[in-house]
Amino acid sequence: MSENNQLTETIERYLNGEMTRAERASFEKLRSEDAEVNAQVAEHRHFTNLIKQYGERLELEKRLDAIHDEIDVHALEDEMMIHPSWVVRMWRNHHSKISVAASIAIFAVLSTLFFTGYLSNRELNYSQLKGEINQIKNKTAQLNTQVNQLAPNTPRSAVMNPGNFRGTGFAISSNGYIVTDNHVIQRADSVYVQSNDGKSYKTKVVYTEPQNDIAILEIVDPSFKALPALPYTFKKGETDLGENVFTIGYPKDNIVLGSGLLTSATGYRGDTTQYQISALLDYGHSGGPLLDSKGNIVGIINGKQTRVEGAAFAVKTSYLLKAIKDIPSDSLSKPININGKNILAGLGRTQQIKKLENYVFMVRVYNQ
Amino acid sequence: MSNETNSGVPTDSEVILGILNNSESVLKRLYIAYFPMVLQLVINNNGDSDDAKDIYQEAIIVLYNKVKTGDFELSSKLKTYIYSICRRLWLKRLSQMNRYGGDIKDFQEYLVVDDESEKNNERDIQFNKMGSALQQLGEPCKTIIEHFYINNKSMQEICDEFGYTNADNAKTQKYKCLQRLKKLFFQQK
Repeated sequence: MSENNQLTETIERYLNGEMTRAERASFEKLRSEDAEVNAQVAEHRHFTNLIKQYGERLELEKRLDAIHDEIDVHALEDEMMIHPSWVVRMWRNHHSKISVAASIAIFAVLSTLFFTGYLSNRELNYSQLKGEINQIKNKTAQLNTQVNQLAPNTPRSAVMNPGNFRGTGFAISSNGYIVTDNHVIQRADSVYVQSNDGKSYKTKVVYTEPQNDIAILEIVDPSFKALPALPYTFKKGETDLGENVFTIGYPKDNIVLGSGLLTSATGYRGDTTQYQISALLDYGHSGGPLLDSKGNIVGIINGKQTRVEGAAFAVKTSYLLKAIKDIPSDSLSKPININGKNILAGLGRTQQIKKLENYVFMVRVYNQ
Repeated sequence: MSNETNSGVPTDSEVILGILNNSESVLKRLYIAYFPMVLQLVINNNGDSDDAKDIYQEAIIVLYNKVKTGDFELSSKLKTYIYSICRRLWLKRLSQMNRYGGDIKDFQEYLVVDDESEKNNERDIQFNKMGSALQQLGEPCKTIIEHFYINNKSMQEICDEFGYTNADNAKTQKYKCLQRLKKLFFQQK
């Protein structure tokens, strides 16, 4: 023990440079001869250095802490903190409340839209062009009374029941088959067609295809006489954009022309069974023929977009031809011969309409 | 002139000379000059002022030791260097705490610095061991060792302070203390 103590003290004196020259020389000789002593010197130096450095580190930390204590960290913190904008702060503080409020608002808006029918856009934006007679009839009655007051002596014309609804239909064969829109005749008790010269014929619905909105009627009235051969043909293929098209129909008691351009190869919301056309059409045009400038039937008028002026729709002829083919043969009393001879091709618009008039009928629908 | 240089931000070479000369005032000016920048970095990136103090002091110690050992080479502004070290230390600590969200708001330009803290860590571990060994050593050994090896007091002073009858007794006591300290130090893992 004391020997080791002696050695340690010697090493310390050696390391601190407290030895005399002679002592130093003899100790260095001992070091070089005795490896153990040498190792002890190294170890002692390392360890005491570590103690010293540890002390210095403590000292430095103490100094830094002392300096740190002089800094007003709080004031500095306030200065250095990036204050988020009031929107962000409000969001952080109140985000749960805001979220709840927003969900309620969204729910309220959606349910209002749902119950007001706004979400079922088709009904609101798209309206089928069958005419509802009663409104018109009431207005006519009002007008009549006004007229009567003004001219009390004028005899009142006998009021005929004009039907609950009306639309337009056109012949697809000369022997009395007529096509119209399914929505015109649905839920009908009886369906009559009235030709341009005012004659009314009873018809029977022989076939309907609700998915394409097509209905085929047959005139069953004994007074009906077969028409001359059809003056138009049915176009099987697609018609190109920009084609000049027109239709005639019965939104009122006389034939009304609607004309425009074929503006899109698809109908409402991309419906590929329809064309879009730029014609100003009225309620009652439904079921009318859509013809191109050469007198080919390219479609059947179906509806219009209520919020867009001059966007009307017509079912493509190919679906009509398909429907005709799909009619079960036992529901037909006579064969349908749709092959006509197109005599409209070279004629002007007025002449074309004159030829067409006899083949386009007003469809009157009666129900309870 | 001396007034001017004794307050405000010290120049980079002033800092290095000051550290080498153990200048208290330079250290203080250095500390005060760059602390706000580090505080800003930390408190705006998920930390508080105590975190800022910790990593700032760690960075200052890194700088201090590098300058003292003579392997410090200033390749950019000292401000940028300190910011870079602090940024690196803070990122490391954030990811250790799992609070690192993947991006950090920067307020200064910075450099990519080598991982100085690796070397520093090794040293820190040794220092921690030494600290706890000294703690376990107890009095009067702790004070004797500190006086002799850290504060460079002579054996005679220690002898007087502790009332040993002669310096030899004090020496024997110091020797025993040192042996125990070594034992305690190397016992730790």
